[in-house]
Amino acid sequence: MTEHVLSYMVFFPLAGMLIVLCLPRDRHDLIRWVSAAATVPPLLLGIGLYVNFDTTTTGMQFVQRAAWIPAFNIEYYVGVDGLSVSMVLLTALLSFLCIFASWNIDKGVKGYFALFLLLDTGMTGVFVALDFVLFYVFWEVMLLPMYFLIGIWGGPRKEYAAIKFFLYTLLGSVLMLVAILALYFYSEPNTFDMTKLMDRSNLYSTEPLGMWPFNVWGWGFQHVVWMALFIGFAIKIPAFPFHTWLPDAHVEAPTAISVILAGILLKMGTYGILRINYPMLPEATADLAFWFLAALGAWNIVYGGLCAMAQTDMKKLVAYSSVSHMGYVMLGMAAFNTQGINGAVLQMFNHGTITAMLFLLVGVIYDRAHHRDIDGFGGLAGIMPVYAGFTALAFFASMGLPGLSGFVSEVLVLLGAWPKYHALTIIAALGIVITAGYMLWMMQRVYLGPPNEKYRDLPEINGREIFTLFPLGVIVVVVGVYPRVVLDLLQASLNNINQMVISHLS
Amino acid sequence: MDLGNVASLSLFYPEIVLAGTIILLTILDLVVANKRAMAYLGLAGCLVALVATVDLYGTESTLLFHRMVALDNFSLFFKVVTLAALVGAIWMSIGSGEVRQVHLGEYYIVLLTCGFGMFFMASANNLLMAYLGLELVSLTSYILTGMLPHNRRSAEAALKYLIYGGVASGTMIYGMSWVFGMAGSLDYAAINAAMGEAGGNQVALFMAFVFILAGFGYKMAFAPFHMWSPDVYQGAPTPFTGFLSVASNAAGVAILIRFFYPAVSTLGQEGSWAFQAFPALQWTDLLVALSIITMTWGNLSALNQRNVKRLLAYSGIAHAGYIMMGLVVLNNDGLNAMLFYVVVYLIMNLGAFLVVMIVANATGREDMDAYRGLAWRGAAFPAVCMMVFLASLTGLPPLAGFIGKFLLVAAIIEGQFYLLAVVAMINTVISLYYYWRIVKTMFLDEPAPEDGPVAATASAVPLLGALAVLTLVLGVYWAPLLDYTTGSLGFFMQ
Repeated sequence: MTEHVLSYMVFFPLAGMLIVLCLPRDRHDLIRWVSAAATVPPLLLGIGLYVNFDTTTTGMQFVQRAAWIPAFNIEYYVGVDGLSVSMVLLTALLSFLCIFASWNIDKGVKGYFALFLLLDTGMTGVFVALDFVLFYVFWEVMLLPMYFLIGIWGGPRKEYAAIKFFLYTLLGSVLMLVAILALYFYSEPNTFDMTKLMDRSNLYSTEPLGMWPFNVWGWGFQHVVWMALFIGFAIKIPAFPFHTWLPDAHVEAPTAISVILAGILLKMGTYGILRINYPMLPEATADLAFWFLAALGAWNIVYGGLCAMAQTDMKKLVAYSSVSHMGYVMLGMAAFNTQGINGAVLQMFNHGTITAMLFLLVGVIYDRAHHRDIDGFGGLAGIMPVYAGFTALAFFASMGLPGLSGFVSEVLVLLGAWPKYHALTIIAALGIVITAGYMLWMMQRVYLGPPNEKYRDLPEINGREIFTLFPLGVIVVVVGVYPRVVLDLLQASLNNINQMVISHLS
Repeated sequence: MDLGNVASLSLFYPEIVLAGTIILLTILDLVVANKRAMAYLGLAGCLVALVATVDLYGTESTLLFHRMVALDNFSLFFKVVTLAALVGAIWMSIGSGEVRQVHLGEYYIVLLTCGFGMFFMASANNLLMAYLGLELVSLTSYILTGMLPHNRRSAEAALKYLIYGGVASGTMIYGMSWVFGMAGSLDYAAINAAMGEAGGNQVALFMAFVFILAGFGYKMAFAPFHMWSPDVYQGAPTPFTGFLSVASNAAGVAILIRFFYPAVSTLGQEGSWAFQAFPALQWTDLLVALSIITMTWGNLSALNQRNVKRLLAYSGIAHAGYIMMGLVVLNNDGLNAMLFYVVVYLIMNLGAFLVVMIVANATGREDMDAYRGLAWRGAAFPAVCMMVFLASLTGLPPLAGFIGKFLLVAAIIEGQFYLLAVVAMINTVISLYYYWRIVKTMFLDEPAPEDGPVAATASAVPLLGALAVLTLVLGVYWAPLLDYTTGSLGFFMQ
């Protein structure tokens, strides 16, 4: 059982997809329930994973491997450590909830849920894959369903948003492919096994290349590969200046897909950097972290926050707030100390839950009013008190109010970053003020003030919507009060990753 | 082992079967009224030849007809590819509305003859034989392109093709004459032996090779010898276009590899080839440049095409550029990747043309608008298959096209041609845009009121399904095909 648990988690949704494809197309409720059922086993297995996870070891757990293409040493190789297990849990939870958040999709139901389940397989696969080819295949498998989910079920500019997302991500992943192959042929004997490549990290040359412009910058093979991978991941994060696909994709995507995008897909960027760039290319990481992680992260925080402040569309505001919050992850991991890196990964987890809540909440109001204009509402707190309560919880968590999860991770990041980057930490702390600014301002315009007569009869949030929000709310509070429920999972593995880089810091 | 004329015949039965079929069809055309039967007979002939070819696979490498024709796994591999393309093309032709307008008997006869010519392109061991094979393919291709009656595009395309083809083969045979002048023989082995001593004439040899490359490149549609391809693709009957796009490309690859590897290079350690003809001149740089220009030109030109056949023509040019990457590295890994890509390209491109044909049958149109909302007009299955083929052409995993590209890029990265690798990858992203415009049109656009339902041509559906399944299966488990292509390089491994 323990040997196959990850494979089950990856392929249960795929099996669900095949069943959904065989169902008659007009049995909408049947399709929905089958899809929901297909996401339950991964969730239960995920809980089992959490309970049985050994938090003291740094190695890979629940490993399964089998030969796939012997000629190239390609394996089916999956396993998790502290870094990936948190993301696997997040994926299982959000996929399950998002099925329910998609309940009111009534156009092409069969196609929607089939694609959604395929997406689920791809996402889980990325976090558990330990073979580079497998990783790449899962990484790309996500693109196709995502394109259609945005492109068919999205908003008015869905086609533009979908192809933009696709092109950006593909550009990143092809650079990644070149980097992966370069690492493959540089290793002796050639291997795609990620754990082996991590062990051989000191083999990659940092001798400056003779070619312009690398000779000016003093970049070696390792730096160039690092950069190729980084661009691929930065597009996913999304780091400035590769972030422009995000507002479009988020705004046009249906609610559940925005949740998946913000909650899981963005994490793949930072996950990839921690999983691949840090342990495999530690010297380049040490050299390039300041500009490309710390400084860019701080810039993301401020830039994303200021952009969010200028938005009039609620969803776009939340989208830009993601750009801002992912900046903390980048800054935290560039600190190379326990607080920083743990804060960064905890922020990944927290952002996944908080932003998921925010998008779900925006979805609730959009389903009722059919627009998301911040200035078009007013006094919703009086009309929908329960809804306003959930919103307040999510907003405060996003702002980093003590006692809620966002606070813990942001404080850890800032504590970690301060000893290394004084100026950047001050800028990042400023970002918190900006966050409070746009969040409270939106709160004031949408929920407070005199009730808008037009929306006096808006129905209160219903049971299904509460069902999707409640677990996330609980996690936000629990992690805020007692962050060790997540931190304990992470610590051992993250310290190990950290140690690999620290020895190369000048 | 060299065999004489009579002794060769015992190892020549695939060709004999094919030639017999052609002759039989020619005679039957005069007496049989039901021309549809001709198609089935042609199909049967190809299948028998296919079985015969597979049967020969693995026999000892032999030179037939006084060293004119080589029989080895390499040539047999390309014969299998050609026959597979012929089977696909005939199957497509049976369901094609366009082909119904032409003289069916002649159509199938000339189509089979074209495939017959490709057999000799793949197996020629002598420049004269290579030229004859190439000309046989060219002449039949001109005829097939211009076959649509009362169709100005078809006639124009055929004329254009003829003129370009004439110039290209003239250039090529001029180059061959230089080689003959320097080596004193047209036999590949003799040329190879003479190369070692031709040190003084490096520039002349380089020019000769460039001329020859132009002739071969014209068959594969390399830039800048690709000008014929968009017009021909658009003007020719769709099943033939599908055949031409994959088989002509494959035959071009075969003749190119056979001339530039065993004939003029020597095999060094561990499967890497030394290009002994002119060590001082940068042959590799020329190939890198050609490859980059071809793929970029093809992809950029495809961006704004409204006609799907024309778009696929430019995509074919881009793919010729990708395939050429395998030549650059001068080792067996590169060649292996080329062979693999030829097979994968055959499957996915033939599939794409099959969908073009289905849409053309139902709507009579080939432009992008005919695909509007295709998935919602009763043609969900062809639309999904088209998406699979286009995704595979783009190179998205887990589809066969990804593996093909993966192997090619792996080979050039192993050879440390990083610039070429990055350019190829960026080209992939560019290609996504135009391939995905078709997918977008099929799935995301709402059908307009005047767009009627599209009924999938019944006879084409099984082939379509088989090609789509193959595209998927080879993307997930490609080891058997890789073993096959590796084995097909047997001739060079000695």
